[in-house]
Amino acid sequence: MRDGESSVLDRFRQGDVDAFETLFRLHQRAVFGWVLRVVRRPDAAEDVTVEAFWRIHRAHARFDPRRSFEAWARTIATHAALDWLRSHRLERDSPSESVDDTPAPVISDPAVTAEIRNRTALAFGRLPPRLRVAALLAVVEELPLKEVAEALGISVTAVKLRVFRALRLLRRDLQQQGITP
Amino acid sequence: MNTHDQDRIQRLLREALPPMKPAEPSRDLWPTLLARLNARPAAALRTVPLLDWALALGLVALAAIAPATIPVLLYYL
Repeated sequence: MRDGESSVLDRFRQGDVDAFETLFRLHQRAVFGWVLRVVRRPDAAEDVTVEAFWRIHRAHARFDPRRSFEAWARTIATHAALDWLRSHRLERDSPSESVDDTPAPVISDPAVTAEIRNRTALAFGRLPPRLRVAALLAVVEELPLKEVAEALGISVTAVKLRVFRALRLLRRDLQQQGITP
Repeated sequence: MNTHDQDRIQRLLREALPPMKPAEPSRDLWPTLLARLNARPAAALRTVPLLDWALALGLVALAAIAPATIPVLLYYL
């Protein structure tokens, strides 16, 4: 199995489209799931997944076979998702966009009203995208910082810093609206 | 912001944006990707809006004229 996988990766590196399709079929669900955590909209996640694999194909010659394809694909997908967030920044300011299509069930704190949740989501949408991605992955999705750092191509310390900045800006924005978290 | 504040804002954020449920694409994405792969590579450059190019040039010019703005620009990028 490892030999077969290695052969596919070698052929992908040489630009073989069949090998690329094999890798796409193997990893598309994982990449889609990862992207969905960042963009939080299934329709957008599909577009970003296509964009990510297109970038992966363009970068085939730069792939290092000693690295994990999954981790490499995840890094590229994270940057594609980040670009999507940047280009859709203004759209997310509308209240209707703040409601996610497929949020997981959560036990709500009765002290936190729907109004506060909505304002928090909107305020979060106003944060710089690179801070938002770090906070989404590390705080909302509670993924290991090392995994987040690898996906963003930065150090664990830099992830912590981005999360801290995101939370500080979010708190400031909410305080300006009269909400004290 | 102390640790207590940080914990409270984290809890509020999780309330406002719950973790996403695992999901799969609603369709096979390969045909879309294949069509894109077969499109001319030059099309990629043309899809960058002129406004983006103008904005990038503006930022470079601003950084050249006022280097003190570079950290501020980097912070908000």
